[in-house]
Amino acid sequence: MVNLLKNPAHRAWVVLIIATGITWYLGEVGAAGTMAIVAMLVIAFIKGRLVILDFMELREAPLMWRVLLEGWLILVSSLILLAYWISLK
Amino acid sequence: MTDLVIATHETKPKRLPGDLAIWFFIMAELVAFAVFFSAYAFTRAKHVELFNLYQQTLDRNLGALNTVLLITGSWFIVLAVQAAHRDDQKAISRNILLGFLCGGGFLVVKVIEYAEKFGAGISMSTNTFYMFYISLTFFHFMHVILGMVILAVLWFQSRKGVYGSHDANGLESGAAYWHMVDLLWIVLFPLVYVMR
Repeated sequence: MVNLLKNPAHRAWVVLIIATGITWYLGEVGAAGTMAIVAMLVIAFIKGRLVILDFMELREAPLMWRVLLEGWLILVSSLILLAYWISLK
Repeated sequence: MTDLVIATHETKPKRLPGDLAIWFFIMAELVAFAVFFSAYAFTRAKHVELFNLYQQTLDRNLGALNTVLLITGSWFIVLAVQAAHRDDQKAISRNILLGFLCGGGFLVVKVIEYAEKFGAGISMSTNTFYMFYISLTFFHFMHVILGMVILAVLWFQSRKGVYGSHDANGLESGAAYWHMVDLLWIVLFPLVYVMR
């Protein structure tokens, strides 16, 4: 278990699988509306960030590339949030 | 040895894994998908009831299973890169192969999903929701195939002992592309299958 958590890739995998389970569960219980949308976007953001930092190994990369990839994730999440916010009005 | 470990920890230089070119390519792909994701979300805003109704016909279980397959596939490729840095040749090839098999699993699940939808007579022209569902997932599907072609090349190269602590650049470039395919699905799955 200690070994499992030492490797950032193993840690990321565990979190990613749990997070996928939560999104799936929210779908199963029919979660909808503002809170559900925000929750799912936050989960997708956390997952995406883990892939960028621990799988793509950009944690130690030059700042520009971290900003570009993480910026993409922030931009996409914001646009989706904006579109859903418009649809709820 | 202890000194060496301490030294590398202290002076860790900033490093971009793989070739610079692959990162420009990845950014171009990400921008294209950002446009598609936004197009989906903003079109949905105009047809909320239609999207909410037909979203319910999608198989969330298969979508979630495919997320698990891509995440696990990505994880194996990270392990392959880590194996290269410690010159464990057998583990490089084995993990690339396992990552490739996860991609294959994704394709099989997706084909089952498509067969069910197309069998029910659904096509791009059925309605706006299905037009987006089919085009978005199929565009991503093509990227999974390209990612698998890259993994196949990496596997053959790794069998020849090309990658190791001396040079893992090619492996890291292919790995970065494969992780991008994973990253895209991580946004696509909640967006198209779950969010309502």
